[in-house]
Amino acid sequence: MPNLTINGHAVEVPPGTNLIEAARKIGVEIPHYCYHPGLSIAGQCRLCMVDIEKTPRPTIACNTPAVDGMVVLTETDRVKETRKSIMEFHLINHPLDCPVCDQAGECWLQIYYMQHGLYDPRMRDEKVHKPKAVPLGPHVMLDAERCILCSRCVRFCDEVTRTGELGIFDRGDHSEIGLFPGTELANKYSGNVVDICPVGALTDRDFRFAVRVWYLERATSICPGCARGCNIEVHVNRRRPHHNEGRRVARLKPRFNADVNRWWICDAGRYGFAFVDDKTRLLAPSRREDGAVSDATWEEAIGAVAGALRRFAPDEIGVVASPKMANEDLWALRRVLEQRGIRRVAFRVPPREPGDEDTVLIRGDKNPNSRGAELLGLDGDGAAILAAARARVVKCLWVFGHDLLQCAWDAAETDAALRAVPLLIFTGTNANATSERAHWVLPAATWVEREGTYTNFEGRVQRFRAAVEPLGQALPEWDILGRVLQALGVEVSAPRAERWFRELAGAVPVFAGLTYQSIGDGGAKLP
Amino acid sequence: MKVLQRFYLAEVLSGLGLTAAHFFRNLGRHIAHALGRVDARGAVTIQYPEERRPYAPRLRSLHRLVRREDGSPRCVACMMCETVCPARCIYIVADEHPNPEIEKVPARFDIDLGKCVFCGYCVEACPEDAIRMDTGILEFSSYSRDGMIYTKEVLLALEPAGPGGRPTSPVPISADRRP
Repeated sequence: MPNLTINGHAVEVPPGTNLIEAARKIGVEIPHYCYHPGLSIAGQCRLCMVDIEKTPRPTIACNTPAVDGMVVLTETDRVKETRKSIMEFHLINHPLDCPVCDQAGECWLQIYYMQHGLYDPRMRDEKVHKPKAVPLGPHVMLDAERCILCSRCVRFCDEVTRTGELGIFDRGDHSEIGLFPGTELANKYSGNVVDICPVGALTDRDFRFAVRVWYLERATSICPGCARGCNIEVHVNRRRPHHNEGRRVARLKPRFNADVNRWWICDAGRYGFAFVDDKTRLLAPSRREDGAVSDATWEEAIGAVAGALRRFAPDEIGVVASPKMANEDLWALRRVLEQRGIRRVAFRVPPREPGDEDTVLIRGDKNPNSRGAELLGLDGDGAAILAAARARVVKCLWVFGHDLLQCAWDAAETDAALRAVPLLIFTGTNANATSERAHWVLPAATWVEREGTYTNFEGRVQRFRAAVEPLGQALPEWDILGRVLQALGVEVSAPRAERWFRELAGAVPVFAGLTYQSIGDGGAKLP
Repeated sequence: MKVLQRFYLAEVLSGLGLTAAHFFRNLGRHIAHALGRVDARGAVTIQYPEERRPYAPRLRSLHRLVRREDGSPRCVACMMCETVCPARCIYIVADEHPNPEIEKVPARFDIDLGKCVFCGYCVEACPEDAIRMDTGILEFSSYSRDGMIYTKEVLLALEPAGPGGRPTSPVPISADRRP
């Protein structure tokens, strides 16, 4: 383990660690553009210069491994002067169009200019002009003028996705990032090049001109797009509702987790949040009687559901839970089922087409919490429940989230089952063909509007937090189920997700000992 | 306080005396002026709105959006004014400009003058010199809150004030005030 001194502080790092990471360990930030811990080292930007004792001139920190006895200085006059000059060099041909640039506010050119630049520009010649607003693919927009040629995006496409669409073309100050002929930046992870681009050269087409970044509020969360459970940050715009056509969730960004997704997320997850502010959201409990739909209060809806659970014999009730529900919801559901002795429960509804899968992140199971539902013992035969409904054995069917008419099961048979049951209850976030046939619809909050935990396919329990308020009267599923439980005569204490998780951890051995605090931001792996 | 001061009577009388002195002095001067003494000038009431004092060149009056040569707004919807606005009275929605050199253009640019405090920060913050408060227009009112919202089209049609700060473009009258 090399022992070295950075700015007078001793630090011990694993062999092979470069000076940027070694300095980060003691809280010293060495400015850099091209270095990214998830990519190979390019040494393109020359900004991470540091002084090393006994070397004649400043050296780049990214490509210098820490060595025993090294004495590194990051704030000498020579280093500061070098940084300033390099900032000036990077900005020679930069168009300085921050007002129209979506990166403004989170741009490393702006940040480092204010920290290390602050020079008086000496550039008098006409800047080199390059193509602007060029779509590279379905998700990414290129502005070649703003590019500082750090090559992070090129390395990402070469090393992480191994698709190699991007390259640097031409020479000198005419160099620019571009696509190889006949290709398009359409790989499944293309959105990540926007995140790693330190400047405004690559911007998000989905987020383009939607909201200025300084209006956004952030919440840590977990992607609900597949069983991987990538760590994400949800960026919401709550204060300026006239921006982004009133949609509150503006974008999802990956959050580093060494054990799950590292720095990346896939495009399906990144852009899979449209349902949150969609027109199809269910906003109030509603009942359907003789084909007429009318809004109801939560008291009426909970009373009706609890009454039905009491009225029908346990064997006449079928429940199709959802693997998109959080552990807390599933536990509350299990409490309701145990209370009434209901045995007909399932959560797996096979999709029409099997989900795509790869070796990087994407999992075939497009549900965030299948593992959690399995561990909570809710795995049953869903097709058998529907068959029983068709045979009029099951008289009350409670469906969570799924559109049973849009799955691998035969739609005509499912439709017959849904029409045969005298009472169909639907709980979910958005309207679908199943909710249209339901007699009672209970609106649920989406994952960004509530707290909870998901268990990913490896058995890692991860926490997501609320970023916005629920739309309309929607409630988290655990709250709906808690109210039903209360209506069934069970005392339920303070309505908080954490309380349900504590109860779950106390009751299910595999979750024993877990708390929201111990899960933290990184998640906790089940034994 | 002295006993005399406590009655305030002396102060009231001295105040009345001061007012009366001004009144009679001005009366005398106006009469003298009318009789041909040109150098005698009494206090003058300006008969607004028929008569107006010249406005100072830096007066902050109704906003206008500066136009490009083709008549489109110079604004690039960077939201600087919206961000800096302490009254939060500016509402901008950005859109794509067909020319990638300009790139961004406001689809909507509304100022709610019912909220505006005329601080002029929007003019200060604008990096494109696209918004100015130099129309010289001070008279805008409405019978409704909606009538105080001035849209991009209205703001774009305004011209800078002429000599003496006189408005050169017609005062935009909200729909509910039109006869």
